Amino acid sequence: MKNEWPLWEVFIRGQHGLAHRHVGSLHAPDAEMAIRHARDVYTRRNEGVSIWVVKASDIAASAPGEKEPLFDPSNAKIYRHPTFYDIPDEVGHM
Amino acid sequence: MYAQMVKSTGERPKTLDEMSPEERAFQARVDADIKIEPKEWMPEGYRKTLIRQIGQHAHSEIVGQLPEGNWITRAPTLDRKAILIAKVQDEAGHGLYLYCAAETLGISRDEMTEQLLSGKAKYSSIFNYPTLTWADIGAIGWLVDGAAIMNQVQLQKCSYGPYSRAMVRICKEESFHQRQGYDIMMKLCAGNAEQKEMAQDALNRWWWPSLMMFGPSDKDSVHSAQSMAWKIKPMSNDELRQKFVDQTAPQAEYLGLKIPDPVLKWNEAKKGYDFGEIDWNEFYEVLKGDGPCNKERMAARRKAWTDGQWFRDGLMAHARKKRARKMAAE
Ligand SMILES: [Fe+2]
Ligand SMILES: [Fe+2]
Repeated sequence: MKNEWPLWEVFIRGQHGLAHRHVGSLHAPDAEMAIRHARDVYTRRNEGVSIWVVKASDIAASAPGEKEPLFDPSNAKIYRHPTFYDIPDEVGHM
Repeated sequence: MYAQMVKSTGERPKTLDEMSPEERAFQARVDADIKIEPKEWMPEGYRKTLIRQIGQHAHSEIVGQLPEGNWITRAPTLDRKAILIAKVQDEAGHGLYLYCAAETLGISRDEMTEQLLSGKAKYSSIFNYPTLTWADIGAIGWLVDGAAIMNQVQLQKCSYGPYSRAMVRICKEESFHQRQGYDIMMKLCAGNAEQKEMAQDALNRWWWPSLMMFGPSDKDSVHSAQSMAWKIKPMSNDELRQKFVDQTAPQAEYLGLKIPDPVLKWNEAKKGYDFGEIDWNEFYEVLKGDGPCNKERMAARRKAWTDGQWFRDGLMAHARKKRARKMAAE
C-alpha cells in the first residue's frame, strides 16, 4: 500500500530581522510533525529562530520556460537604478 | 566513494555535432557553470545517472549510521557519547538532504527505500566492515569521513542545483566528524601501550577499505567520462585517492602510527606519495554482497523499515482524521 508521508518545504528565519529562507524539504504526516522534523533536520546547530513549513503541493511556481518573457523586460529599464542619474558633485550626497 | 561505480548511459559522451539542439543548449549551460534546476529540461541519461548517484550517496549516509551506532551505548565517557550521538544524527540528516535532492528528479522516497532494501540500489562498500573496538570510531571519523569530505568538497561544484546545495550544507557539518575522530585517535595514541596498539589495529583494518571508497581507477570508464562531461563527477577516482593519501600520511605520522603499506613513500618528483596496489577482489566481493557485514546491515535496515510501518501508517491515519474533523467544523 502506498502511504507515503507528503513532502513539505522548509523555511527558516536565521536571525531576528531577516526574512525566512528556503533551506530544503522533508516528509511528514502533518504540519505539526513537519515543524518538529524541520527542527531536527535543519536546525541542529542553532541555524534558526523561526520555522515555516508549506506543503510542497500547495506551492505555485513560475515555469522555467517563462524565464525570458517574465524577467527579460526589466533588463531594459535601466532608469530604475539610481546610477542612471548624474547628480553634480556640488549637490552633495544623494 | 559514497557513490561508487555509478553507471551512466554506458556510452561515450556525445560530440556537439551528435547532440540535438536541446542537448547542445543544455551542455552549453553546464559548460558555463550555470546550475541546472529541477523543472528544467535535461537529457534523460543525466536525470537517471543523477538519481543513481544521489540515491547511492543517500543510502550510504543512512547505512553508515549502523557501524557507529554500534558504539553509542559503550562510548567510554559521557562526552564521547554525546559527540557520537550528534555525529550519527548528522549522518541521518545528510541522508535526508540527499533523498530530497533525488526526489526533485522524479523518484519517490519509498521507491528509493525499496531499491535499497531489495538490493537493487547500492551503498558504499566501507559500511560493510565491523566496528570491533572503540578505536574504530576514531578511525572512521578520521579516515572514512576524511575520504567522504575529499569527495563531497568537489561535489559542491556539481551542475545539479539541489545536489550541489545539499553538498554545501553537508560539507559545513562534516569537518566536525573528521576532527572528533582524529581527537579519539590522539587520545588513544597518548595513552598506554595497549591503547596505542588499539589505535594501530584500527588503522590497519580501516586503511585499505578507506582507499577502496574512491572506487577502481576510472580513467578508461565511459560512465565516468559522461558524468564528468555533465559535471556530476568533477574529479577522477585516482585523483581523489591520491589527494587523500597525501593528506592522511602526515596525520598518521603525527599520531606515531604506521600505515599498513610497505610501499608507501614520499615521491619528491611527483610531490605526492607512492602507495601500494589495492586488493580489488576484496572490493568487488564486498560490493557484490559478500563483505563481513553486508547481511547484517541489510537485515537491520529491513527490520527498521518493517518495524516502523505501523508508526508511519498510524501518523498518516491520525493526520487524515484531524483534517476531516477540522473540515467538518468549518
Ligand atoms: Fe555524512
Ligand atoms: Fe560524516
